Amino acid sequence: MAVKVMIPTPLRAYAGKKDSVEVAATTVAEALAALTSQFGDLKKHLFSDDGRLRSFVNVYVNDEDIRYLQKDQTAVREGDTISIVPSIAGGARA
Amino acid sequence: MSGFALKIAKELIHRIHAHGVETYPHECCGALLGSDQEAGREVLDLLPLANRRDDSPRNRFEVTPDDVRLAEKTAREKKIDLIGWYHSHPDAPARPSEFDREHAWPWYSYIIVSVQKGEPRDTTSWRLQDDRGAYDPETIEIKA
Repeated sequence: MAVKVMIPTPLRAYAGKKDSVEVAATTVAEALAALTSQFGDLKKHLFSDDGRLRSFVNVYVNDEDIRYLQKDQTAVREGDTISIVPSIAGGARA
Repeated sequence: MSGFALKIAKELIHRIHAHGVETYPHECCGALLGSDQEAGREVLDLLPLANRRDDSPRNRFEVTPDDVRLAEKTAREKKIDLIGWYHSHPDAPARPSEFDREHAWPWYSYIIVSVQKGEPRDTTSWRLQDDRGAYDPETIEIKA
């Protein structure tokens, strides 16, 4: 299935300056794997060393947060849009 | 030296300071709206936001994805861009912590103001390095 992955501004430099990338996938996991296979420098900003999506990386399929669907196993269909939306977090030393 | 510089009007720095004083001893946070061109990066407006970490606001802040989308929409309406974030460190240095680094996004400018006993002190700005290993300091150029 051809799906569009929307690239947030802070990651565009690592995706050939594109604001969206088309990939072939049947799940969110496949789409993100295809994306990071094409643009390897994205991987460390999306995933932690254990291979999980970083907690401040939010992924939506057509405006639905995948945390409330089947997470990275959420199915995607032809023409779906996957959006990567940041959370912003930080703070002083504990 | 990283070579990064961030222009910002004095009035906007004062507004960031005022926000940090208003929320003290809790961390404040907000969006930096402006432009990022060949000639440089400049903050042109701010969008103060609510700190969503109401479980630990004295040393943590969070901007939810809905608030990020609001900041992007606000920037679009003003025909400028979302270029970064500001937050305060109450009674702590204006330097990124390990927690800051672990949660940072590249490209954005991160302004930090140290608010000591209710008074704004050092104000610094930072950009996460490509390998996420550390931050590069960003020189704040204050415009009158």
